[in-house]
Amino acid sequence: MTNIGLGHYLFLAAIIFIIGIMGIFLNRKNIIIILMSIELILLAVNINLVSFSIFTEDLTGQIFSMFVLTVAAAEAAIGLAIIVVYYRSKGTIRIEDINSLKG
Amino acid sequence: MNYINFIVPELFLAISIMILLIVGVFYKNSFNLIYKISSIVLLGTFILLFTLKIDDSFHLFNNSYIIDYFSSFMKSLTLLFCIFVMLVSSDYIKIIGINKIEYPILILSATLGMMIMISSYDLILFYMGLELQSLSLYVLASFNRDSYKSAEAGLKYFVLSALSSGLLLYGCSLIYGFVGSTNFDLIAQNINHESIGSIFGVVFVLVGLAFKVSAVPFHMWAPDVYEGSPTSVTTFFAIVPKVAALAVFIRFLYVPFINILDQWQMIIIFISLASMILGAVAAIGQNNIKRLMAYSSIGHMGYALAGLAVGNNNGIQSTVIYLSIYLIMNLGVFSCIFMMRRKNIFYEDIKDLSGLSKNHPIISFSLLVLLFSLAGIPPLAGFFAKFYVFMAVINAEMYTLAIVGLITTVISAFYYLRIIKTIYFDEPKELFELSHNFGLKISLALSTLLILIYFIFPSILIDLVSMIKVI
Repeated sequence: MTNIGLGHYLFLAAIIFIIGIMGIFLNRKNIIIILMSIELILLAVNINLVSFSIFTEDLTGQIFSMFVLTVAAAEAAIGLAIIVVYYRSKGTIRIEDINSLKG
Repeated sequence: MNYINFIVPELFLAISIMILLIVGVFYKNSFNLIYKISSIVLLGTFILLFTLKIDDSFHLFNNSYIIDYFSSFMKSLTLLFCIFVMLVSSDYIKIIGINKIEYPILILSATLGMMIMISSYDLILFYMGLELQSLSLYVLASFNRDSYKSAEAGLKYFVLSALSSGLLLYGCSLIYGFVGSTNFDLIAQNINHESIGSIFGVVFVLVGLAFKVSAVPFHMWAPDVYEGSPTSVTTFFAIVPKVAALAVFIRFLYVPFINILDQWQMIIIFISLASMILGAVAAIGQNNIKRLMAYSSIGHMGYALAGLAVGNNNGIQSTVIYLSIYLIMNLGVFSCIFMMRRKNIFYEDIKDLSGLSKNHPIISFSLLVLLFSLAGIPPLAGFFAKFYVFMAVINAEMYTLAIVGLITTVISAFYYLRIIKTIYFDEPKELFELSHNFGLKISLALSTLLILIYFIFPSILIDLVSMIKVI
């Protein structure tokens, strides 16, 4: 059995972070998936912060992660509200249809 | 706790926001009242800022908040332009029907977020300020709920801005982990060249910040958001958040990251060059004046960042001068856009300006001065702004930046001159309705006048800015 060290946690966080980024760029269907990907990015940051905080024995990281959690909740709420506004005026939330502004 | 004295402006603004929310709930249709009180609150915050004695820098709250000359200067710039944006947009808001009480309150909370960002000296506090600003701006961009363009602008801004905040935050977590602290002073002491993790963190933070100033690889949101949002919000976006974002950019580069200057210098030079080139080339084909102003702002942010690449106080001062003059010009141009109105419809295309000089000679003259100044033609203020930046860049022997800057200035003169040609030499259209809004007239007159006579009194701004010492 290998011991689980800081590197493992950082690797996990990096993978989740990359999944989040890919979810935004490769996804061609639904805006809700983008919202979920943004949450994934923030969660990856939280894993990073908490594991750093434990392995350096410094509490700041855990305090930071509490702040990030609150902000993530507020961001999800505002994101959903904007999606509702968009759906009311456009009648769809498919990503291919978001194209009225270009030039 | 005499520390509280130093954050009285922020406290005043925060408490006013809460009181205004309560007033808005209890009085029906109180938009006019709240809009006026909000402007007065901003003015009050601006005055309170001057009652602080800032002959030294003060580190408050466990060294996580800094009050110095630089932060006070940038805060007063933010508040001053915020007041003017409120003045010029009051008619527009009523005419297109977004006169809801949330509008001024969101502007106030975005301003509070910017003030916190400008003064922050710790990654946690910086992130909280940034999010307070961004969350308010998401809602403002999609504020016109009846227009699908506004909703789409809000959606695009939300997705891209949340992504950039995520990147920035990931960078913050890496810096915290590999340097061991979130405080700017401690980061500056402990950061080193060898640690790949902290360099990664720095790059992620710079990406997030570049997004906020709409510098080139991360500019794609700006044209869409500028075009789609209501013009009053576009004016706010084009003017006020730029101050805060650039102030934070300066603070990050020159306090925590100053010891790894050779690592970030190439990044800033690249961002600056790319922004200048794209801002000059992409604006040529635009027909919508708001979209054109978005590309122009990308180009101008390139010039402002060129001053930052230098790496000394001289460069910072030239950037701050550039920013101040650019904001005045922007305010003037957007005041003119607010004047393009016939029978409660606002026009946004460049061809709607054709023959403006025959019908409205004074507005055309102001627009002429402002556009010449944006193009950097002497003796207007825009020329001096570019001159200071290029002087700082040449003194640091970065000739590539100066040469590309000069070439792109010439290219970008094309699209400014094209608008002037449309105004002065094309067939006149119907008259625009003259606006009787005092705030709109006064800000147009003031900005034109300041741009025109800057070369007589350049020392006023230079004296104010030369006291800025970040390093």
